This record gives sequence, structure tokens and C-alpha cells, in this order.
Amino acid sequence: MRNKYVGKSYPRVDAYEKVTGTATYVTDMFFPGMLYAAVLRSPYPHAKIKKLDVSKARELEGVRAVVTAEDSPYRQGIYLVDRPIFATDRVRYVGEPVAAVAADSWEIAQKALELIEVEYEPLPAVFDPREAMKGEVLIHPDLANYERMPIYNIEPEKNVFHHHKTRKGDIEKGFEEADYIIEGEYYLPQIYHAPLEPHGAIAYYGFDGNLTVWSSAQSPFTLRNLIAHAFKIPRHKVRVIAPYVGGGFGGKAGINMEGIVVALALKVPGKHIKLIYTREEDIMATVVRQGMYAKVKAGVKKDGTIVAWQEEMIFDGGAYAEYGTNVVRAAGYTTPGPYYVPNLKVDSYGVYTNHFVGGAFRGFGHGELHWAVERHMDKIAQELGMDPLELRMKNLLKPGLTNAMGQKIHEHTGDVEACLKKAAELIEYGKKPEQPKDPKKRRGKGIAALVKAPAMPTNAASSVVIKFHEDATVTLQVSIQEIGQGFNTAITQMAADALHIPAEKIKVVFPIDTDANPYEWQTVASRALWTVGNALYRAAEDALNQIKNIASQVLGVAPYNLEVEDDRVYIKYDPETYIPLTDIVMGYTYPDGHAIGGPVIGRGSFVPERLTNLDPETGQGNVAAEWTFGAEAAEVEVDMETGEVKVLKLVGVFDAGRVVNPMVATGQIIGGMVQGMGPALFEQIKYDEKGNPITISFTDYKLPTIADIPEEMIADFVETYEATSAFGVRGIAEHPMISVPPAIAAAIYDAIGVNLNEMPFTPEKILRALKEKENK
Amino acid sequence: MMIKMTINGDVVEVDVKPNETLLDVLRNKLYITGPKEGCGNGECGACTVIYNGKPINSCLVLAPEADGAEILTVEGLTKNGKLHPIQEAFIEENAFQCGFCTPGFIMSTKALLDRKKNPTREDIVEALAGNLCRCTGYQTIIRAVEKAAEKLGVKE
Ligand code: FES
Ligand code: FES
Repeated sequence: MRNKYVGKSYPRVDAYEKVTGTATYVTDMFFPGMLYAAVLRSPYPHAKIKKLDVSKARELEGVRAVVTAEDSPYRQGIYLVDRPIFATDRVRYVGEPVAAVAADSWEIAQKALELIEVEYEPLPAVFDPREAMKGEVLIHPDLANYERMPIYNIEPEKNVFHHHKTRKGDIEKGFEEADYIIEGEYYLPQIYHAPLEPHGAIAYYGFDGNLTVWSSAQSPFTLRNLIAHAFKIPRHKVRVIAPYVGGGFGGKAGINMEGIVVALALKVPGKHIKLIYTREEDIMATVVRQGMYAKVKAGVKKDGTIVAWQEEMIFDGGAYAEYGTNVVRAAGYTTPGPYYVPNLKVDSYGVYTNHFVGGAFRGFGHGELHWAVERHMDKIAQELGMDPLELRMKNLLKPGLTNAMGQKIHEHTGDVEACLKKAAELIEYGKKPEQPKDPKKRRGKGIAALVKAPAMPTNAASSVVIKFHEDATVTLQVSIQEIGQGFNTAITQMAADALHIPAEKIKVVFPIDTDANPYEWQTVASRALWTVGNALYRAAEDALNQIKNIASQVLGVAPYNLEVEDDRVYIKYDPETYIPLTDIVMGYTYPDGHAIGGPVIGRGSFVPERLTNLDPETGQGNVAAEWTFGAEAAEVEVDMETGEVKVLKLVGVFDAGRVVNPMVATGQIIGGMVQGMGPALFEQIKYDEKGNPITISFTDYKLPTIADIPEEMIADFVETYEATSAFGVRGIAEHPMISVPPAIAAAIYDAIGVNLNEMPFTPEKILRALKEKENK
Repeated sequence: MMIKMTINGDVVEVDVKPNETLLDVLRNKLYITGPKEGCGNGECGACTVIYNGKPINSCLVLAPEADGAEILTVEGLTKNGKLHPIQEAFIEENAFQCGFCTPGFIMSTKALLDRKKNPTREDIVEALAGNLCRCTGYQTIIRAVEKAAEKLGVKE
């Protein structure tokens, strides 16, 4: 492989379209005669549907289809098939779809919704997952009968859709060996992804029985699979086309609202049906990050060595679990994050409540688990009177040790120590911050580490097709979605190095079309460059071998004596003798007209090697393919009069393996850190005591704006070559969001000596904590 | 009712409903899809266009009010197939990721730089405080605005 493009800040290949406003998102697509859809939603968090009458809506002029669960009695879900496309006998959250209309205009569709008659009988609802586990209210009485992947462990009488267990070493012995037992409780609420582009989809059902869906989707193939499965249509008759995605962050993974437009399309063949969610619908009725309550009990030696870690995480999974099952599992098997603890007992529960549906969110359980782990590390440090960084350094997961699932850490797994050291340097850890003159304002610094592997099925596959054209340019077919992370740019650089041709001669085929593109599991888990890189390497080898085989016949030398370089294939020991690639890549034609070979098409597939499922009782196994370590640090200023926290500086350092594109990677880190700062300081989905959501607009659900960002943000890398990647790479896209909240919490403690154990750190909480401290 | 607007230099006549927004008309009737709808509520800035010289959220303007207005959208920035210096700066500084907020940011930047040649960081923050971006963390956007100001300054 050459080493010419990887490692350089190659300009983004999607740049021109994006800065000119010509990049096409689903919402920008229009078709002749297109119909517009609207959805009737539940006003109750939990209720029986006693009567549902759509006859008047059907009669309204301009209405082309009305669907309910009666027409479309299907459920969907990636790991647990529990989410109906339309509520059947009961609704389980405010905003749940009950019926949908397709009409000639959006206005008519809205009018039709008003004509639908529904009678509800409210049921007792439950909003706290700890309450829900008592099982007094059952949200899914039928849970035991739902289709699910067997690795998920349900407890139907407790509203539990997954219970993960880690049992490693001997927890009792661990506590006996400990000099101190330190306990703590931590909480974080549900938060919202807030992609700037709300979810949207267009569906078209042809008279030939072929279904096409255009969707703002992170996972075109998985979406195809789930649609086909839910609606019982053969895979080859379902086509998903996925243009640019205006932000995903996990919320557009798997299947979401697409089933609604599909159900409508099946009723009106020959018509395109468009449904773009309003912001309010996007907040209520897509997915959110699950809330979490954690209880930790750690056994610690006098010198700071942690010998036992017992933890219970209870996730507020919302009304449906489907994707969220695996969030609960990933949080379970990764705890206690980047630290080595010989004796472990971890229970992670995913619990149904009547809140919004919880699902995949950037970090996938790791923002949650590290919130508890890193806060608790600080607590241990405080109780031992030890420096928090020193305590961390002492307990790091280093080569030779095993992680929670029993996997051995190798040198090539990554270097968390180097990340922490670098982050400490960049925040000038140990150097007291300069305090403002105003004695009411105090500054402090904090640091936290993290680790995350892709959370995916053991067989999550990728494939790549490389097609050469007459002029020896190339189109690259891959089915990872460009959601802003810069994938199309990075893979272009990697393909150029693998094929030994200039990057300018390569175009990534876009948008993704499942009829034409090769299979890809999903654009999730920060796995794309790693997994597709491996498939790409094989595809490039395949294409190069074809080129060399043809040239070997023409030049009369063995293929291994040939090399491809830019525009030619030449003899290694006689570089002056070569054939232009243009004479080879469509097959070679001799002067007399007879031809050999044929168009060069490289093909490569990859499936993670040697992964196994976890033992259901102990959580031991080999389910993680590669791990990315990182460390983050913050400096804050707290106003003790107003309780306001201002983040002055954020630092993120990640062991990315080889960095493919420093500019793009830095963008991921800075963006991720700010996305981590939001829920630390103010983001939170709120409901009133009856379970009605109150944060369903950008006014009520505050996002970080340009006015909130720290003046200084630094991204940096450690580059430990990843041995399981042909390119030495590993993921970093989700990671920057993960440990920003605990780093900020640590900085607040450093500044004013109070511990915030519940996110977000609102001024009220800061003031309350200060008051409690005073009263002590 | 029929209204007449000048959009990106072209005079456009279009039939609008009283309750339609300017954004709806641009996007759904004229297929000018550079301005995006992120909220429809004046809360995100994705729909920003320059309206009689000022940046506005086009989702908050009722279409009939726009009769006679002069409007510049992101589509109006490129000249003869060439990028505007602000667009170049956004590329060079990597000031976008998913790109959905980008047309709005670019138009807010244009309005700022039309009014202030050498904006300070505070000026930039103030001018862009109504534009939300969930991807970039804003740092590169600030740099892009500074760079665009430099580029425009050098040209004049
Ligand atoms: S769409 Fe106009 S401000 Fe959000
Ligand atoms: S680039 Fe995605 S919202 Fe700004």
C-alpha cells in the first residue's frame, strides 16, 4: 500500500455541494404528483384505544389514503421487535403514531387528522424505571412473545427488556480485600439528538410490487432489511435510497419513522408520499438517549488500587426498546470503562417506561456508563485524599490486563495512559487556574478518561466494489452513509493509497442505493473506517491483481513482478517498461484486434474476525472488535452567586490509530465535545408530573449555540497503529462526546468543592449544592 | 394572491396563500432549496436569507409580506460558477459537517460582513447566535468568518 493520502488533510469531497446549498437531503426532493403525509399522535403517555374511526377523514376531498394499525398491523425493531408502526390496542407515550394520512397537500392531510375520531381510556403510567421494575404497571404485557435476538435477556414481569450481567473474579472476596468501601449514586436524564435536519422519508410503491424509500437514514441496508421484515416483502423488491443526512448522531440508525410512509404508499401505488417531521414530532416521536440511574459500590485499597466494583445501571428505555436493548448491553459489558478491576459485578437493566422511545445516541451507552464511572473515580479520589489523575493512572487498563468481558489488552489495543498524559499537559493539569478578581467567581480544572468499542453484532459486515472506467478513473461503491462525519473523504484517501492512484481519479458513488450498492450493515458505532477499510483493502487487492494478471500476459512477466503506479502498470525491475492503465482496465486489445481480460471490477468483503457472543450469566466473551481510548479535560468558571457555569476550555485526546484526515478528525472531536457539553450544562428532556413532554421545541430544549462554546478547544491524537485494521485505523467519531460531562463535573468540584452527580448542572443545582456544603 | 419578489437578481412572480411562509414558497413552490427548514419556528436559523439587506429567518415571514422584497439566498452567492469568498472560507476552515445548517450560516455571515468589514469574535458570536449547528461545535465556523473577512478585505 502507498502512503500518500492517508494522514493528510485532504479537502472534503462533499464541500462544494454543501457550501452552495446544492447538497440534496430528502426534504429537498420533489416528485410530480407527490402526496404529503401527516400523522395523528397519542396525547396520552399510556392509554387504551377504545375506538378509532377514520371514516370521515377518508371521505375528505384530496385524501388518498388513511392508515391505522388495522391496515398495517406490523411491529418493527432491530434487536427486539416491539415497536408497532401504528399503536394497536394501546398507546405507550405521548406522540406515538395512531393513524396517518396521505393527501394532495399538507394542509389537506392536517385537516383530515382533525376528522379522525379516537377514544382513549387512560391507563396508569410509569415514568421512573426503578418504579417500573416493580411491575405494578406492565407496559408490554406481551413482551415474552415478541420476536428478539436470543442474546437479549428479558424479564417481562419487571418491564425489563434486557438485563446484562457481568460477573468476573469474586466480588465478595474483592470487598473483603478492600480497605475502603465507597458508594455513590449518579443520574442523567433523557436527551435529544437534535439533528438540524429532522427525520424524513419518501416512499413509492410501484404497480410492479417494487417499493422504493428515500430516507434520511444512517443505515440504508438495515433499513431495507427491517422494512422488508416488518411488511413481509422480499428484500429484492425493497429499494432504499439515502441522500445526504443532515445529522444523525445515532437517531437515524436502524428504522424509525419510515414504516409510516411505507404503510401509506402500499395503499396508493404509483404515487410518491413524503413525510418530513416537524421539529416537535422529531423530538417526541423518533428516539432519544435513554435516561439512567446508577449505583456504584467500589472496594479500594489504601494506596488507591481498586479491587472490587459493583454497579447497577437502570436505564429509562422509554416506551419501546428495539435498538436501545444493545445500548444497555454495551454499557453493561464496558463498565468500568478504561480501568482494570479484578472483581466485578455489574447489572445493567433496560426498563420500559411511558417516556419517549430510547435508542442509539452518539456514544451508545458509554456517555452514560462513563458518567457514573468517572464521577465515582473522583469520589474515590476525594475520600482517599488522592489526586484524581493519579488515582486514574494507578488503575488503568494496560496491556497484559483483561477488561470486563475478559478480553486481553495488547500494546496495539491503544494507549489510554498516553491520552491522559497528553490531555493533562494540554489543560496544564496541576497548575492552579488563575482566579478572577471577583471572589464570587471561581475556576477549576477536571479530567476524565474513556474507552469505547463498536457495539455491534459479531457478524456486522461490510463490502466494497471498485469499478475502473475507460480513462482509468474509478468509482467506489460503499454503503456507509455520509452523515457529516467525512466518511466519503476519508475513504477516498484510503482507496487512493490502496489502489496506488491519485485521489482525484476516485469518486465515491452517492447517494447510496441498496439496489446498486454492495451490502453494509450500518453507519454506526464509529466502525466505518475500520470495517470498510478492511473490505476496501481486499477490493483494491482484487482490482490490482486483475490489472497485474492482464499485464502479465501482455508483458510476459509474472504478476508479482508488476506494480501499479498512478497511470500505469510497470515491471518492477524495469520501470521503463509499462502499459498505461487506460489500455488495461477495460481489458487489453492487441494491435490485431483480439482482446483479453475485460473491465476491472474489484470486490472486497469483510466481517469482524473471531468475535463471539457473551456468556449470558457472566458477560465473558469476545464481543468487541477494537477499542478506542481517550481522555478529556475541562476548565470552568463557576459564578457562585448565580450558579452559572462557564466552560473556558475543553481538551480531547484520542488514540485513533492512524489518523486518516487530521482536519476532519479534529472536526469530529471539537463537534463531539460541544455535543457533550450541552447535556452537562443544560440539555434535558422534561415532562410534567402527568408525563406530558414540555421540551418539544428549540426554545424549550436548549442546544449549545455559538455563544456557549469555550474560547479554547483543543483536539489531539495518540496514534497507536491498530493491528486489526489494514490501514491501522480505529474509530473516534462518537468518543469525543463521552467524557466531557464528568470532566466538567470534576472541574466544578475543583472550583467550588461541590459534587454534581445529576446532569445537567443547572444554576439551581449548583446553588443548592453550595448551600448544602455551607450547612455542613 | 400574486406577489412579486426579486430573488437572487431574478424577478419572480408567484401565487401564494395568506398563511404560507416565505420559506415554504422558496422551497416548495420555487424549488429554491438552499434555505433549509430546521424548526419552522424562528429558532434555528437554517432558513436564513438576506431580505432587503438584512438576515432574517424566512420561516417567520408570511409570503404576502414579501411582495416587492429583494431576497438573496445561498444560491445567489456563486457567480459564473465560482464560489463566493465566504464559501471558500467555509471549505478551507472545515466549517461544516452534515451541511444542513451551512446555507443559513453562510447567509448570516454574508449579512455580517456586508455591514462590518473586520468583525471581532464578539461581533461574529452575536451575528451567528441565532444559527444552530449540531455538528461542528462552531469553532471552525468562527475561523471561517474571520478568514472570509480577510479574503473580502484583500479583494477590495
Ligand atoms: S427554520 Fe426558520 S429558524 Fe428554523
Ligand atoms: S454541519 Fe450539521 S448542523 Fe451544522
